Amino acid sequence: MPDLTSNCAGIKSPNPFWLASAPPANSGAQIMRAFDAGWGGAVWKTLGQPIQNVSSRFGGLHYRGTKAIGFNNIELITDRPLETNFKEIYEVKKRYPDNAVIVSLMVETKEEWKDIIKRSIDAGADGLELNFGCPHGMCERGMGSAVGQEPTVNERITSWAVEYSTVPVLVKLTPNVGDIIPHGLAAQAGGGHGVSLINTIKSIIGVDLDNMVLQPQVDTLSTNGGYCGAAVKPIALHMVAQLARHAEFNLPISGIGGVSNWRDAVEFIALGSTSVQVCTEVMLRGYRVVEDMIEGLENFMEEKGYAKLDDLVGAAIPSYSEWGNLDMNYETVAKIDSESCIGCHLCVVACHDGAHQCIHANDDKSVFVPVVDESECVGCNLCQIVCPVPDCISMVEVDNGWDRATWNEHVAGTGKLRPKKGAH
Amino acid sequence: MATQLPEDRAESVFEDYKPAYNALQATAEANRCLYCLDAPCITACPTAINIPEFIRKISTGNVKGSAKTIFESNILGMSCARVCPVEVLCVGDCVYNEMDRPPIEIGKLQRYATDIAFEKGWKFFEAGAPTGKRVALIGAGPASLSAAHRLRRFGHAVTIYEKRDVIGGLNTTGVAPYKMKADRSIEEVEWLLSIGGIEIHTGKEVGVAPTVAELEERFDAVFFGIGLGPDKHLGLPGEDLDGVLGAVDFIEQMKLQALDLQGASRAVVVGGGNTAIDAVREAVGVGFKHVTMAYRGDEKKMSGYQHEWKAGKLEGVLGAWRTQPIEYVGKDGHVIGVRCVKLDADKKPIEGTEHVLPADLVLVAIGQSKLLDALNNLEGVEMDGKKVTVDKHGATGRPGVYAGGDLANGAKEVVNAVAEGRDAAEAIHRYLMGTEEAADA
Ligand SMILES: Cc1cc2nc3c(=O)[nH]c(=O)nc-3n(C[C@H](O)[C@H](O)[C@H](O)COP(=O)(O)OP(=O)(O)OC[C@H]3O[C@@H](n4cnc5c(N)ncnc54)[C@H](O)[C@@H]3O)c2cc1C
Ligand SMILES: Cc1cc2nc3c(=O)[nH]c(=O)nc-3n(C[C@H](O)[C@H](O)[C@H](O)COP(=O)(O)O)c2cc1C
Ligand code: SF4
Ligand code: SF4
Ligand code: SF4
Repeated sequence: MPDLTSNCAGIKSPNPFWLASAPPANSGAQIMRAFDAGWGGAVWKTLGQPIQNVSSRFGGLHYRGTKAIGFNNIELITDRPLETNFKEIYEVKKRYPDNAVIVSLMVETKEEWKDIIKRSIDAGADGLELNFGCPHGMCERGMGSAVGQEPTVNERITSWAVEYSTVPVLVKLTPNVGDIIPHGLAAQAGGGHGVSLINTIKSIIGVDLDNMVLQPQVDTLSTNGGYCGAAVKPIALHMVAQLARHAEFNLPISGIGGVSNWRDAVEFIALGSTSVQVCTEVMLRGYRVVEDMIEGLENFMEEKGYAKLDDLVGAAIPSYSEWGNLDMNYETVAKIDSESCIGCHLCVVACHDGAHQCIHANDDKSVFVPVVDESECVGCNLCQIVCPVPDCISMVEVDNGWDRATWNEHVAGTGKLRPKKGAH
Repeated sequence: MATQLPEDRAESVFEDYKPAYNALQATAEANRCLYCLDAPCITACPTAINIPEFIRKISTGNVKGSAKTIFESNILGMSCARVCPVEVLCVGDCVYNEMDRPPIEIGKLQRYATDIAFEKGWKFFEAGAPTGKRVALIGAGPASLSAAHRLRRFGHAVTIYEKRDVIGGLNTTGVAPYKMKADRSIEEVEWLLSIGGIEIHTGKEVGVAPTVAELEERFDAVFFGIGLGPDKHLGLPGEDLDGVLGAVDFIEQMKLQALDLQGASRAVVVGGGNTAIDAVREAVGVGFKHVTMAYRGDEKKMSGYQHEWKAGKLEGVLGAWRTQPIEYVGKDGHVIGVRCVKLDADKKPIEGTEHVLPADLVLVAIGQSKLLDALNNLEGVEMDGKKVTVDKHGATGRPGVYAGGDLANGAKEVVNAVAEGRDAAEAIHRYLMGTEEAADA
């Protein structure tokens, strides 16, 4: 059996699956139930000066019959007394010494940081996570993403935390920035031991069309919230991978954002995460989802021959390159498997209206399988993406006789590009 | 051990009535499942498989984990996926029924995961460290097999005695071939036996040789999973004519061997239970053109499942209601018809309604007799006439003697036998290890 033990910035857990700092990690009783279900660690719901929340708080993005592929919230950090939280942290650590308990923190002044860090560590925290990410409510008070968006402030507060902490410090980054790199580097410069990302993305989940109020509604008003859930995974994967492959960035990463099953987790790990955090899927389906996450990861590693988690961390990073390094002479065209095609013609409409007008209905009306004009097909994948039948459309490599040549080589005069295709 | 079955078995003409899912179909259906908490489908499954969990694992592509979840609760999960009357079990209780939307096809999803597990040869369980205790199981049907596997996981030595030459019980010899064929059942038993350390002796009828006393002498506990006995008959004139058979007997022949049915055209099945419904559908399948079910009650009163009967009607079967056979009519020693009389609402014969239903084959499906001889003289073992009395863990009143499956539940389904065998194994384990009170408390 492969070894799933995770060591993220010195924080050890029996597997890489952690609850993200959010409602599922709001209290000791919840976290103990989560550990019983198999979670390797938990990042405690952010502690700070307890706040008061509004009702309602959440909104869901529903798409073609699937509920909550995206999720949004306007809740703030913990609303429970700090003393209660610390007592419960102590209790959890006493009963679950092998699981990781990371305490998420958000306060304002240096004195407050010093105090809350000491109390967290006294309670037994295995690590700290600095919440520089919350995109609503807290930033207006000069915290959350107001810190995360300002590399100098991020670096300064990180350095305070590192100074006061005897346990590893993770800096949780906000995705509400143009480029994640300076923010990761700021955490590193401040002495942080690792970063976690992403927090939620500024969003408006929808509008109630009957009364013209944004959702989620607080009486007759609403506000922008933080977006998360399955739909944000691509954004999170990009930010994680950006940092993982950056030459000057060398901190461990805890990946977060849209992890719903073991496959998503493997993607985060392959792009450089040593642990993965989950919030929305647990909110939607419960702690029990971890059973399949652990088992799926384990089966996957066994099947592919990864003996331990570290062997998998960053495995896909070498494939992440710049556009200018891609081989412009590599050519593919769509091929339709006439056996499995059902004749829906979604590929035809997609190609005609959204791509290069090169898949056509068969001239012979008695044949429902469309025809690909390979001399015009630019190999864009759109038809394959819309086709409802798995493996019916495949993108097949064409041997066009051209040697490999990238845009960068072309600009440098060392590569010769094939003639453009489909550009009339 | 397992006898090789002939290729030209009569059952081979049947096709699966619920075709297997491909990956696309399975994933689409799995994604429809709501992953309910305290799901009613679990409560409706006698083996309480964690249905939402195994379905979720199909949807994420973790088919291996899915199969493991199934087999953890039900080691015959592969055949149950095919033979369970899901319409009245898990599927019947799926919450989608409450929304008036099609319920999740749990059986087909279970078949998808377990078929792949068989195809890939995945093994999930290992025998426990040897305890030095020995258990004898009587009958190689679903109840004993399920018990045997669980006992091996605990590390007990296990020996099964089976009177037939084939293993698997009615799962091999009785289940309708459009659900599952005999060879698939035998394959399953062999897969189950791969845990190792289960000895099977076929052709050994306990009570004849060895005797129960001998087994009690040589083993630390004994489990009875002998099912039911031969078909019951009505005791009518002409019963010994050629072509008058018990339905279960006929089904066993159809499943295990070739049948010569040349010139056969009309069949009459007597009864209104599930065996009768299976028998009429099987008669149609093997080539009878005119098949009639003669039942003494009304169509609505049949004890067989209505969904199965509907399928039979679609295949062209006729029902003769309030119809009571009174004599088998023969010619040259072979049956040619069944003389019947109509019954009134009080089940009294109506004068002047006598008629003959022409028949080349008559199958009597009015129930199986009870096989209690082997148990009758055991002190402490109680019977309530129809079945052996056991507590909820399968214990009879005699220390070390347990029972489960058809003989203890009065004839239910394969999945009940699996659950009872498994639970009896847990109880036997506690009995052997001296931890019985702990579990009852
Ligand atoms: C025609 C028919 C169709 C059915 N179809 C279905 C179906 O589609 N789905 C479903 O879930 N259930 C079905 N059932 C019911 C199901 O087959 C039984 O509930 C189930 O097989 C009971 O398992 P068991 O282990 O108790 O007994 P059995 O399966 O009857 O096994 C008992 C075994 O014990 C052996 N035995 C008997 N006496 C002795 C002895 N003295 N010594 C040694 N061995 C002995 C027998 O040869 C047999 O192999 C059907 C039953 C019949 C009759
Ligand atoms: C209701 C809700 C409350 C959250 N509260 C916090 C919080 O207190 N501190 C924090 O760092 N992140 C908080 N988050 C962000 C999550 O920890 C996580 O970063 C984000 O939801 C992305 O992960 P997901 O797609 O798995 O949900 C919250 C998210 C939600 C949905
Ligand atoms: S989920 Fe619970 S707390 Fe939230 S609205 Fe429903 S019942 Fe109330
Ligand atoms: S989308 Fe796929 S299935 Fe539909 S017509 Fe095109 S190739 Fe055939
Ligand atoms: S009741 Fe239906 S929807 Fe709910 S878990 Fe069971 S199969 Fe899925």
